[in-house]
Amino acid sequence: MSRPMPNPPSGVIHDIGYRKYDGPRLGRRQVTRALFAQSLRGAYGLGRSARAKVLPMLLLGVMCLPAFIITVIANVTSSITGELPLAYSRYAVVTQGILTIFVAAQAPASLSRDLRFKTVPLYFSRPLERSDYVLAKFAGLATALFLLLTAPLLIMYVGALLAEFPVGRETGDVLLALVGAAVFAVVFAGVGLVIASLTPRRGLGVAAIITVFALSFAAVSALQGIIRYEVGNADLAGWLGLLSPITLVDGFQSWVLDASSSAVAPPPGDAGGVVYVLVTFAVIGACWALLNLRYRKVSVS
Amino acid sequence: MPVIQTEDLTKRFPATTALDRLTIDVEPGVVGLVGANGAGKSTLIKVLLGLSPATSGTARVFGLDVTKDGPAIRERVGYMPEHDCLPGDVSATEFVVHMARMSGLPADAARERTADTLRHVGLYEERYRPIGGYSTGMKQRVKLAQALVHDPEIVMLDEPTNGLDPVGRDEMLLLIRRIWAEFGITVLVTSHLLGELERISDHVVVVDGGQLLRSSSTSEFTRTSQFLAIEVSAETDAVADALTAAGLTVKRDGHLLELSLDDDETYDVVRDTVAAQGVGLIRLEQRRHHISEVFGEDQE
Repeated sequence: MSRPMPNPPSGVIHDIGYRKYDGPRLGRRQVTRALFAQSLRGAYGLGRSARAKVLPMLLLGVMCLPAFIITVIANVTSSITGELPLAYSRYAVVTQGILTIFVAAQAPASLSRDLRFKTVPLYFSRPLERSDYVLAKFAGLATALFLLLTAPLLIMYVGALLAEFPVGRETGDVLLALVGAAVFAVVFAGVGLVIASLTPRRGLGVAAIITVFALSFAAVSALQGIIRYEVGNADLAGWLGLLSPITLVDGFQSWVLDASSSAVAPPPGDAGGVVYVLVTFAVIGACWALLNLRYRKVSVS
Repeated sequence: MPVIQTEDLTKRFPATTALDRLTIDVEPGVVGLVGANGAGKSTLIKVLLGLSPATSGTARVFGLDVTKDGPAIRERVGYMPEHDCLPGDVSATEFVVHMARMSGLPADAARERTADTLRHVGLYEERYRPIGGYSTGMKQRVKLAQALVHDPEIVMLDEPTNGLDPVGRDEMLLLIRRIWAEFGITVLVTSHLLGELERISDHVVVVDGGQLLRSSSTSEFTRTSQFLAIEVSAETDAVADALTAAGLTVKRDGHLLELSLDDDETYDVVRDTVAAQGVGLIRLEQRRHHISEVFGEDQE
């Protein structure tokens, strides 16, 4: 028989009541970093519903598939060709459709969502400044796009090394392509976010972004083709490339990074190259300014 | 020291003047800010949070100037907006954790405080389900939780009882009272119903057309805004006359009689008078005047 314990445990659950928080409170910069991390993860559906993960993960897969095939071809034919069938720096332009879909899906998910649910005032009633919000969202999407471009480039790089192509050449090429990928990512994220920030309706944002990217690329490429080959004016065709984000960055990297261009017509001469660079930075700056302007005005009612 | 101080605070929009030389002091406790829709309550909160700049005048929170020290103030304030502000596609837990992090709490602390805070506002198993499926009452609790999660020194609650049914309204009011009584957090709460604020507030500020109408401790208000509504089975007119004869102010409203509620003896008078008339008392309830009724004279 068990003897009663001298002090039987009472087994009462106490409501401990309200507890004050006296732990650390992080500053603006760390809060911005937390929002950046959340935006970056969110672009791949991490920390969101299972449904939100499907599209970005699918696109990541589709993005890597050609790189994998290129790698296989390079390894099979390495004795004949001695180089990758597709230059690293052309990869972004060749897969621009996938990039466009990714931006079109994720830019509105990042900004329009906060506008639609009117969550924005909750951010701005916290220590975060409006420019911090813009910075975190911009950097988050740009980084997500950069990673989307980096993954296939690294696959190709590893493939090139397995095929025993010259290490020095491949490393230099892939590094240049990564710089180009960074510019692509920032321009795409900027243009996509500016459009997304204008509408609380996600569907509208998706459609608008696809239209702007795909239509401008199709129109510019077609016009370039006509003017270069039918009219025979290669310079004018080259200038036209400024009018689409995709041909713009392609021109930027073909001139600055000496990468191989995928556009119908590359920038006309050195003057053209300088203009391409200036316009690229102007577009990035304009996106940043427009987003800040938009969020300075955004209603907090 | 007052938690909030404004002096000649003015906010003009192109079409209207939302705040018109408003001067108020808010001491720690529960402070009710009452006014009709469009009286300037929400505008005042936005100016105090530094979300919207004042046209002229000064406003201080914790002695800090709202135009210069916005971020420092916002670190110590919680804000529950009047409108919907919750994303429908995440759970209450995920959302409040995120908002806690946006207030500067480290990840671990954010999770811990979220669990605590959601429990305090009365959300249990539901908190793992997407907010889109919540009732209005549950959504209001989530909105309150995100305002409290970082343990602010003051919370500003804009129309927290909006859209709630009578039971939900009572629960929300009790909860607001607890924020001060148990959590020690000063509350600035707005409503267009004086009746509900006087139940929980230590101090009531009445604004109208952006101007201060009245600022006083709650007890002074109570008498003017409470009344009894009764319904009898027959002879409503005779009962009304008898009650008037017994010294009460009686107003007929359909088959209801509205009586001024002076003190608890009024109930006895009603019971005795109705019984003496030999009719049944069907309904007896305490009601509160709408703010515009109490201050109807002032607005004309």
